[in-house]
Amino acid sequence: MKRTQRAKRTKRTKPAQRILMKGNVAICEGAITAGCQAYYGYPITPQNEIPAYLAKRMVELGRVFLQAESELAAINMVFGSAVAGARAMTSSSSPGISLKQEGISYLAGCELPAVIVNVQRGGPGLGNISGSQGDYFQATRGGGHGDYKNIVLTPYSVQEMYDLTILAFDLADKYRNPVIVLADGVLGQMLEPVTPSTISHQPIAISKDWALDGCKGREPRKIRSLLMAEGALEEHNWKLNEKYSKIKKNEVRYETYNLMDAEIVLVAFGIAARVGKGAMNIARGKGYKVGLIRPITLWPFPEKIISDTAERLHSITQSLNHLTTFLVVEMNLGQMLEDVKLAVSGKVPVEFYGRPGGGLVTQEEILEKIKQISK
Amino acid sequence: MREEIIIAGSGGQGILFAGELLAQAAMNIGKEVSFFPSYGAEIRGGSANCTVVISDKEIGSPVVFNPSSIIILNNFSLNCFLPRLKKGGLLVINSSLVNTEINRQDIEIVRIPASEIAEKKVGNLKTTNLVILGKYLGKKRIIPMENMLKSIKTVLNGEKELISLNSEALQYGYEYPLVVNSVNPDN
Repeated sequence: MKRTQRAKRTKRTKPAQRILMKGNVAICEGAITAGCQAYYGYPITPQNEIPAYLAKRMVELGRVFLQAESELAAINMVFGSAVAGARAMTSSSSPGISLKQEGISYLAGCELPAVIVNVQRGGPGLGNISGSQGDYFQATRGGGHGDYKNIVLTPYSVQEMYDLTILAFDLADKYRNPVIVLADGVLGQMLEPVTPSTISHQPIAISKDWALDGCKGREPRKIRSLLMAEGALEEHNWKLNEKYSKIKKNEVRYETYNLMDAEIVLVAFGIAARVGKGAMNIARGKGYKVGLIRPITLWPFPEKIISDTAERLHSITQSLNHLTTFLVVEMNLGQMLEDVKLAVSGKVPVEFYGRPGGGLVTQEEILEKIKQISK
Repeated sequence: MREEIIIAGSGGQGILFAGELLAQAAMNIGKEVSFFPSYGAEIRGGSANCTVVISDKEIGSPVVFNPSSIIILNNFSLNCFLPRLKKGGLLVINSSLVNTEINRQDIEIVRIPASEIAEKKVGNLKTTNLVILGKYLGKKRIIPMENMLKSIKTVLNGEKELISLNSEALQYGYEYPLVVNSVNPDN
């Protein structure tokens, strides 16, 4: 009797197992946990640990790893696996993701689930290998040709590199849509403790009754984006639009910090949100009423929390005559800024602090900007 | 507590290994921790550095401009990072290789001839990184030695010879007489 009780207690108080993990490796572990059956990639810094790690692990697990001859080949191999009903992933960094855009447009047009990881580096062109957030527009506006949307998830810690990669596979299957995990070089290279999921993530129970998996005993299926018949393409685009509306309604994700009494509200994602949170904590210590909204989905964009907050800030200014403002912080020269401005819709000022490709924003710089605004 | 450490030297000196070891040990004693390496076209002999943040609370930025401690293994790194060290911060230098004069009065300086100890006492010059890391820990006492030794085993995953060599180096540094602000502790 006593023994049982003791055993129980030990079990309950046992701390969750933490593993020190590199951001890029956390993406791999997330993909493996999510049941990714095939990975195709082509090397580029700062995401090389992904193909390097998966080259070993996927083979050990009896799954598919293939180093493609180019980025184009890799994204089209993903297309092939997806069309056959498998969970498939590719990863690259900014210039490589540009090369994949045609394939991503075809995935969207054919409504195929796929996970595309972008560990962003500085651009334009080959730029350099330091972390950046210059691909916000490319990821959230579609990136390739045509009227389509990617679901875009943006991690801000190594733990989220793991968690959001798992979520990416689930959302891709749920909506038959490409999902982009938008990380950056800092997150890819840094090490942090990760608590791996203890839940078994079998591919969620969605029967892929559209997959081209052999038509023996059933009618053949067709998957294509070429729709030449009168009105067929427009109809298809309306159908896609309906899906995008559903995603917008169901899948918005964000976190807020210290919003309750905030008069300066930071909006930042990914590593910039991490730095922004640090700056917020220092500013709070110095008496500044600073809060933070951190989008986790960049598309669908969390516009409602931002417009609600704008309303509240506006009423503070009206009733107390206090200065209130949004401060968007990005590692680019103002991309998400446009979405924040759309959501705020002129109700309160929107300030911006950013550094373009090659520069990393610091806590000190954000703090300086907060002081400047408060003057 | 919160401690931000930059370890800097040249590629091949084991800068990243020392940082990862520190991060691993800090995690094992229940701290929040982040490790950020300099990365890129890194080559042996080029410059290398990493930033380790250890804290009781959630960590904001993993990249730190003004660290509370710097561990410096060569002259070049001293010039880079000395101006960035916080007022009242700790500078640990490898006095075997660093001979530049230190022009700051507002910091604490600990010198250790780490390369010499690694070569003559431990018997392997490549353990300079662990000797100087040991000295830092001996001064700061933020992680108990037994946890550090355990972490060496975790990171080196069964490589018996390397585990004992690195453990020995760490202990030499840890126990090296603490001499603060003296010009040359060996004379």
